[in-house]
Amino acid sequence: MIQVQDIHKSFGALEVIKGVSFEVKKGEVVCIIGPSGSGKSTILRCINGLESYQRGAISIEGAKVDIADRSITDIRTQVSMVFQRFNLFPHRTALENVMEGPVFVKKVSRAHARDEAAALLDKVGLGSKLGVYPAKLSGGQQQRVAIARALAMHPKAILFDEPTSALDPELVGEVLAVMRDVAAEGMTMVVVTHEMEFARAVADRVLFLEGGTIVEQGPPQDVLRNPQHPRTQDFLHRIIHPME
Amino acid sequence: MGFWGRAADYLPLLMEGVWLTLVITFFSVVLSTLLGFVWAVMAWTRIPVLVAISRGFVMIIRGIPIIVQLFYIYFVMPEIGINLTAMQAGIIGLGVAYSAYQAENFRAGIDAIDKGQIEAAHSIGMTDQLVMRRVILPQAIRIVLPPFGNTIIMILKDSSLVSTITVAELTRQGQLIAASTFDNMTVFTLVALIYLALSLPLTFLTRHLEKRYSQP
Repeated sequence: MIQVQDIHKSFGALEVIKGVSFEVKKGEVVCIIGPSGSGKSTILRCINGLESYQRGAISIEGAKVDIADRSITDIRTQVSMVFQRFNLFPHRTALENVMEGPVFVKKVSRAHARDEAAALLDKVGLGSKLGVYPAKLSGGQQQRVAIARALAMHPKAILFDEPTSALDPELVGEVLAVMRDVAAEGMTMVVVTHEMEFARAVADRVLFLEGGTIVEQGPPQDVLRNPQHPRTQDFLHRIIHPME
Repeated sequence: MGFWGRAADYLPLLMEGVWLTLVITFFSVVLSTLLGFVWAVMAWTRIPVLVAISRGFVMIIRGIPIIVQLFYIYFVMPEIGINLTAMQAGIIGLGVAYSAYQAENFRAGIDAIDKGQIEAAHSIGMTDQLVMRRVILPQAIRIVLPPFGNTIIMILKDSSLVSTITVAELTRQGQLIAASTFDNMTVFTLVALIYLALSLPLTFLTRHLEKRYSQP
């Protein structure tokens, strides 16, 4: 469903992605792990057309992702994104945040969008916060609103860009639980994360990225439990034993 | 006759000037707002030609005194076949000159919106136009409003510059009365008080709006 073929991307003279290829099938959950600066987030942003790439090709169900083409807004309605810093619209309530896309992009009727947004917020455990502005919500609650906002577009896939990295530790669980529910319903997901527990439990496949290339990939039990590449071993060791 | 007696004599003539001052201010505010918004959006598009035009325009206009711009429009334009009444020249002159300041103000408001929100809006398929209308403008307006109020007050006061191209607005009327009565003290005290009376309500209105829009 999502095809990434030999992507290259540079910021000026700095090449951050050096030929990355992978494929995500419908209903699959792929976790991308790796040290910061390895190009994980950049790849996600390329898939959603928030970032351009210089070489290679990305396509969503055969439609090419080209940031310079008009079709990009259409592709973005099919692939939603959840950001590290939530990026809710601060001047709109939780409910309005979720309704915004359906009403103004998809032209769904207000009444219908409202019902659905309320149902989605209920599903992520925020049924009592419909009229609350983002500033009055905790980080975990804001991120759950952001997930509801992504779901409201009925996307074919959702990209998660380190969705729990900006959260206080005690709020991480509530967001991961919602993500696990979303995955269980068969949503196609690409998740950039440092939450190895989540990757182990939910991912169908894990990609380990370093220095702009995929160093190792496979099912989580292989990559996370029994990594073959020394760089993967080193990275996981440092994550699990940060004090050493 | 005391101050108030003489003031009562001059007031009807001055009020004719007040009317023109208000007309000039109103239309200059409208024109500068519309044009300023256009410059700001041009700069925001990141399309190099549009950005260059917008930047260049703002730079040139801000570097030339408004009074010289007014002279240029009123005295030089006719030589290339563009004849404007003094009123038209005044409104266009002030409107264009202030559009440069308004543009800077709007640009600051637009730039203040967190880039993450704009990305989030793009990620749910919003076009740039929709992002502007639904995400940027509703928030930018709160940031832009207080300086916008100040700009209106400055346009009101600078409308007195239009007196130099023969428009009989408040300042010009004052000059005419003073020239024929030699009663400078009374006339210009009145003129100053009238400007103050016009600008104070605007100051209070700006403060009120500032307070109202400071909540989410």
